[in-house]
Amino acid sequence: MSMLARLLRRLGRASIGAIERLGFVTRFYFAILRQSGTSVVRPQLVVKEIYQAGVLSLIIVMMSGLFIGMVLALQGYETLARFGATESMGVLVALSLVRELGPVVAALLFASRAGSAITAEIGLMKTTEQLAAMEVMAVDPIARVVAPRFWGGVISLPLLAALFSMLGVYGGYLVGVQLIGIDGGSFWGQMQASVDWRYDIMNGVIKSIVFAFAVSLIAVFEGYDAKPTAEGVSAATTRTVVTSALTILALDFVLTVFMFRGGIN
Amino acid sequence: MTAAPANLSAVPAAAAAADALVELRDVSFGYSKDRLILSGINLTVPRGKLVAVMGGSGCGKTTILRLLCGQIRPSVGEVRVEGRSVAAMSREEIYAHRRRLGMLFQFGALFTDMTVHDNVAFPIREHTDLPEEVIRDLVLMKLNAVGLRGTANLKPSELSGGMARRVALARTIALDPQIALYDEPFAGLDPISLSVVGQMIRRLNDALGMTSILVTHDIMQSMKIVDYIYFISEGRVIAEGDVPSIRASHDPFVRQFVDGEPDGPVHFHYPAKPLAEDFA
Repeated sequence: MSMLARLLRRLGRASIGAIERLGFVTRFYFAILRQSGTSVVRPQLVVKEIYQAGVLSLIIVMMSGLFIGMVLALQGYETLARFGATESMGVLVALSLVRELGPVVAALLFASRAGSAITAEIGLMKTTEQLAAMEVMAVDPIARVVAPRFWGGVISLPLLAALFSMLGVYGGYLVGVQLIGIDGGSFWGQMQASVDWRYDIMNGVIKSIVFAFAVSLIAVFEGYDAKPTAEGVSAATTRTVVTSALTILALDFVLTVFMFRGGIN
Repeated sequence: MTAAPANLSAVPAAAAAADALVELRDVSFGYSKDRLILSGINLTVPRGKLVAVMGGSGCGKTTILRLLCGQIRPSVGEVRVEGRSVAAMSREEIYAHRRRLGMLFQFGALFTDMTVHDNVAFPIREHTDLPEEVIRDLVLMKLNAVGLRGTANLKPSELSGGMARRVALARTIALDPQIALYDEPFAGLDPISLSVVGQMIRRLNDALGMTSILVTHDIMQSMKIVDYIYFISEGRVIAEGDVPSIRASHDPFVRQFVDGEPDGPVHFHYPAKPLAEDFA
């Protein structure tokens, strides 16, 4: 067989494998939706997962938001000063955060901190036959283990993204107003006048909700699909972080095109 | 052609089949067409009896338990419980069927994020609407039956292997199942725990009126507690009988298993090319 034929065959096999996997993920997603009744009837299961995925991610998300806001203000001041527009710093910081950095960076942090933990936990439950034991006890693991973690992630991430943006804006204020000495009135006033509730904030919230569904689905799927070995769980955890990061960035581009268009006609 | 398994018992298999609770009829199963794990298995478990399924590692013993739970379906043949084919059951029927089962997993499969109490309470909470005080009493009774009432507030990671197995046993019987399935309950236990767990399985079977299937390769312990033994090799039942007939058997496979001989019908070495070739 020629090298080209071998290459084509390998490419074909990889493509079929990827499509198959996408099919599995889609079916898994619908299985979660079908089996979400338990999470509605017993909300304490979801609350526990919101604590695990959301509350325990607060420190990393809030600290990152604060520092990113501070860096934005420093970098923004440099550029704005060249055009004599330093009073617009509030707008720059707020728009960068609510439209883009808040949803994207919070989702990336969430995937690394909580997504990987969810994958590892479900993968280890599979490895140690805890999921099989549940099945034999006539308890559906998708309803009892997967769906609460999925909805816990879906609820947590948009809230974390909002906190990230809030702390980021505060970080920008600390550096811009308190450290550099920009007028506080113009910092907050311009921000209030230029940031639109629907166009800027709601679009940012929509982005974080889309990312929350994507990251939570990837995390629970990779855990449930992990090979029941130490290497299998380790590989699944890595896949969660890598796939989530790429999915977040790709989705961000698509959503930005639809929401803000920029110069695209 | 496959040789018929040696029935070493004085009791004909047909008599036992009359009150069979669990039956496997000509069951074959494989994850791929070219490699069968079970090949034409026939096995009967009468109501109220404790039956052992024995054989070396990887001979398909655990697969039989998975077939009984409805986690997998036979490629050929039929698995019947109370006269009903498990493969023909709908999803709801499978779940109803599993509520009548209790299964002890090889390594316990305790939920590591829950306490011992919550582990045993898990099936009760999931399948009943009993108030917490009643669940607490039930759990303590089950833990008391396995001698571990004092561990109720510990996490599984704080237990020894033998204790974890006993907690898993308490969880297995939490809902007083009709059929109990034990997957290698003796693996890795010290002699005292081994004897305690063995006696407990027998006592629970009789006290709760259960029917039990014990998958194991520990023949000495099994012969102390079971009513009937099936020997499986390469996916087939190759010998069966009650304990006295197994002890008296001259069947080469049974003798090798009972006496722990390294060579006989079952080879110790996995098939390989001659040793000299590998070290040449």
